[in-house]
Amino acid sequence: MTAVAFTINGKAVSVETEPDTALLWVVREHLKLTGTKYGCGSGLCGACTVHIDGTAVRSCQTQMSSVGGKKVTTIEGLSPNSSHPLQKAWIAEQVPQCGYCQSGQIMQAAELLAKTKKPTRKQIVAHMDGNICRCGTYPRIVRAVERAAREA
Amino acid sequence: MHEDINQASVATTVSRRSFVEGAAGLIFAFTLGAVGRVPHALGAAQAARINAWVTIGTDGTVTILCPAAEMGQGVMTSLPLILAEELDADWSKVKAEFAPANPKVYGNPHEVFKGAQITAASVSVPGYFTPLRVAGAQARRVLIDSVANEWKVPASELSTDKGFVVHGKSGRRISYGDVAKFATVPAELPNISDADLKKPAQFKLIGRKDIGRIDVPSKVNGSAKYGIDVQIPDMVYASVLEAPVEGAKVEVLNMGDVAKIKGVTKVIPLPFGVAVIGESVEATRAGRNALKVKWDTTGAAAANTDSDKAKEEYARHGKDPDAKTMVEYEVGDAAQALTSAAKVLEATYWSEYCYHAQMEPMNSVAKVSEDGQSAEIWTGTQFGALAANIIAGILKTTPDKIKINQQMLGGGYGRRIWPDAAIQATILSNITKKPVKLILTREDDLAAARPRPMTHHVLKAGLDANGNLVGWYHRLVSENVDAVAAPPRFQATGGKDYIGARGLDQAFYGIRNVRAEYVRETRGMRVHAWRGIGSGYNKFAAECFVDEVANAVGKDPLALRLELTKDQPRAQAVIKAVAEMSDFKRKRPGRGMGIAFSDYHGTLSAGVAEVSVDRSTGKIKVHNYWVAVDPGLVIQPDHVHGQLESAVVYGLSAALLEELTVKGGAIQQTNFNDYLVLRMSDLPEIHTRIVATDNPPTGMGEIGVVAVAPAIANALFQLTGKRIRNLPMSPDRMKRALA
Repeated sequence: MTAVAFTINGKAVSVETEPDTALLWVVREHLKLTGTKYGCGSGLCGACTVHIDGTAVRSCQTQMSSVGGKKVTTIEGLSPNSSHPLQKAWIAEQVPQCGYCQSGQIMQAAELLAKTKKPTRKQIVAHMDGNICRCGTYPRIVRAVERAAREA
Repeated sequence: MHEDINQASVATTVSRRSFVEGAAGLIFAFTLGAVGRVPHALGAAQAARINAWVTIGTDGTVTILCPAAEMGQGVMTSLPLILAEELDADWSKVKAEFAPANPKVYGNPHEVFKGAQITAASVSVPGYFTPLRVAGAQARRVLIDSVANEWKVPASELSTDKGFVVHGKSGRRISYGDVAKFATVPAELPNISDADLKKPAQFKLIGRKDIGRIDVPSKVNGSAKYGIDVQIPDMVYASVLEAPVEGAKVEVLNMGDVAKIKGVTKVIPLPFGVAVIGESVEATRAGRNALKVKWDTTGAAAANTDSDKAKEEYARHGKDPDAKTMVEYEVGDAAQALTSAAKVLEATYWSEYCYHAQMEPMNSVAKVSEDGQSAEIWTGTQFGALAANIIAGILKTTPDKIKINQQMLGGGYGRRIWPDAAIQATILSNITKKPVKLILTREDDLAAARPRPMTHHVLKAGLDANGNLVGWYHRLVSENVDAVAAPPRFQATGGKDYIGARGLDQAFYGIRNVRAEYVRETRGMRVHAWRGIGSGYNKFAAECFVDEVANAVGKDPLALRLELTKDQPRAQAVIKAVAEMSDFKRKRPGRGMGIAFSDYHGTLSAGVAEVSVDRSTGKIKVHNYWVAVDPGLVIQPDHVHGQLESAVVYGLSAALLEELTVKGGAIQQTNFNDYLVLRMSDLPEIHTRIVATDNPPTGMGEIGVVAVAPAIANALFQLTGKRIRNLPMSPDRMKRALA
């Protein structure tokens, strides 16, 4: 066990973990930020997507040994009051159904909009293709990303 | 499109105790069967046969209990909305909470479930519609009567307006919250008859496009709580290396380096797998991964099940005139009609085992009491009452000693009917004497899958000299889903399969002689309900075969369907709607167009697919999918569109990609790398239309799945002249068909 110090949603934390522990479990079970979800544990579904220094990563594939000193943002830290344009668009387009994958979808989309203000449909699909939504909310995800880009 | 979404609040984890203790104001209890039975004051609310509760707080908050599970199908909004409509509540003040698992009070009266409190089969809205309306109307009447008494005016002079009781003559208004301060619930609740309920023209909430789902805001900021999110004091974690086959036993358990893993406290071999108990998820997962287990499958019912080899036997049983059959649907005399037909067509169809692939792997928190006589469970379940029954049996206690704390479900689709994770967590809590949080790995979720069965179909159609369809025969060869998932019904029906046989009927096509029968395979797999149940594969076979008939007699597939449904105006309406939406008859170069129709538990729908094929890879591309639906009265129009989109994607995924293979009873797929599901890049443009009628509301969760696969197969035939009769229509199969 070693202490890993990093910033999460703007707050400095230090967590005792094994170096190979996945960031996902530290976020969910140690820090109790349960908005980030476990889906596959293999980087195949995107439910666990968070940002590290602004880049979307799969937290199930991110070992704690690589997190020291980094800035981690989870869905809880995307905005203080669901005011991020994507969150507003997600509500306006009534995207979530079961909702389980949506934190990951929004975090993945947030990276896109941070880098590409007005993404094309093709860019949206290419960027979001690693995130599975088993409820099939894909049409609304596309519409919500387009809306957020328009209204941001 | 949703500029003015009304964000009612939601509380997802309120226990009944805190609900009761924390309630200030009025609580109404309503009796089953609706009208005018004995009401109960709060303290006496435990009385039996209560079916819905609404609480009006002195602050005006209207709390409505939702008796069904929320798994994305929207019931946490649509059911409270129905009650709120008759109550004339201010929707912005409505809160929804999950009702406890108590079928005597909250069971679904729908004929499919006859009072069981289960969320399945797309019958929550249809089943609860009338009881919730009556409950809302009774509550409204009680408020009016209380004000009449307080103001000394005749009740007939009072009306309600969005959370207020209004005296028209004097212009006085009082909010429901203020009424709650003095209102009393009479000993006998007022009778509510049909005439007391609103007419559709009077609806203020039902049918509104601008009312969003109550749970959506919590699902964009991570605050919605699923079973996997629950943490309780002193709990330990568990991971279970699930047995690859039900009934397998641990023959050799090699602990490997498990003992060296910090945080692992126990390894427990059990009949369902080997459990690793520890202080953290990561420790128990590392422990689970370090185990080397040799399984003895000799006693397992599925030990010899091999999906490839079984196919030969299924096919043989499909043609065996002496096979034991159960008749699932019969009109006229199909055998005679086929014998005397001028021409008989015959074809066989297949579908593979499918996995639910719900995004939230199975999990549960369980806390067994020290004396082992009661337990508290936190999980997202479609059938909490079943969990309580089974767990009570395990602990040798009674179901009332098992408290199920319902959570949001990260996908259900039928998988969360069987409460295996709650059962396993309970057993582990009972052994460790600690609260246990069990999370299955995705790999174990697949190993413990409860799949849609593999199916084989033999279809025959008899045509008279004029090419009219005069006889229809459909034999389904499959494992019996009811036998595994609903044993009491399996027994009661003498061995039929309600789940597996849905869609074998031809209730909407005017064919005079139809026989649909079922031959049972016994393979030991844990086959289960899967979104759309039997209709998913039975209508694939039947709707493709309708096109084969059309082709054989030189008719247009759309024209034949319109001819067959000429006495079914609702079916005609959805078929015509989808034909118009898709401009069905217009030819597209390099593209094929296919149509299919289906009903499902009273809802009618038709779909059209526009497809192309990459002939070098065999990959099918669906460019557009149009779907029209008649669900009767529409409670939430936007969400009906959402459910259609969702079901179409689920149906596309099953039609094109999804396949579990089985060897020695063990599922061979392990994760999303080898069990493929539809991703955004394969998404067609989906076009949805509601063909609303004033019929009672029917369900929307599954109907959209059903027509997708046959519409695609029919489109492929139009494009290539080749008919794919197997699901999924994978690139390999398509290539073979084109070769």
